Amino acid sequence: MQVSQICDLLSAKIICGKEQLSTKIERGYSSDLMSDVLTLDTDHLLLITGLCNVQTIRTSEMADIRFIVFVRNKKVSEDMLALARENNMCLMESPYTLFKTSGILYEAGLEPVY
Amino acid sequence: MKLEFNIEGGDFSRAGFASSAVKKVLKQLGVDARCIKSIVIALYEAEVNVVAHAHEGSVQITIDSDKITTEIMDKGPGIPDIQLAMQEGYSTASKKVREMGFGAGMGLPNIKKNTDDLQIDSTVDEGTTVKMVNYF
Repeated sequence: MQVSQICDLLSAKIICGKEQLSTKIERGYSSDLMSDVLTLDTDHLLLITGLCNVQTIRTSEMADIRFIVFVRNKKVSEDMLALARENNMCLMESPYTLFKTSGILYEAGLEPVY
Repeated sequence: MKLEFNIEGGDFSRAGFASSAVKKVLKQLGVDARCIKSIVIALYEAEVNVVAHAHEGSVQITIDSDKITTEIMDKGPGIPDIQLAMQEGYSTASKKVREMGFGAGMGLPNIKKNTDDLQIDSTVDEGTTVKMVNYF
């Protein structure tokens, strides 16, 4: 699924990483718990989360995750944006809930991690 | 090659600073990506532990041709029962730590999963030393 399609499906705004709109992502993982994200063996997935702070970006950096959708209308801070840009990440903001976001993407064919 | 970093207890804004720097160095050295991920995840978990539980800490890293040795030393409350702390789901983390997305009792078990050799020494009311070795 292309990043542009994810944005369309979620009415999401792309905050940084616009050059990756045509990149394809196969899997998604929804969690507000970064401890769980750090246990994943899958790389290059889409993280769907309502946890909006610098540690979300740091965790993604360590877990080799470059695509993040922040749900529930959470807004990315300047600190988060700077760190995300440094790591060539693509950040999106969606007004939908974690449940709705996950459901839409699953129905559209984004695979679960397990 | 040797690298050193300081960690301040309670300062979540800088948690991951050492891990991030180490990741860049290992990438430059051409270390296998999966190996880098294991090392930095273990180090990041350890950094978060120091920020979450200790007053202050430091990280010393030695990179040899076949392995990386990481020592994280902190001054803090220590771990009274290391075996209990190694159990998945056991946590003494504060509400603040949980709000940051951690404190689920997964850190130490995840460090173990991501390292080849792990040694934890702790003295109550003094501090904890975590030594991790990963072979390339």
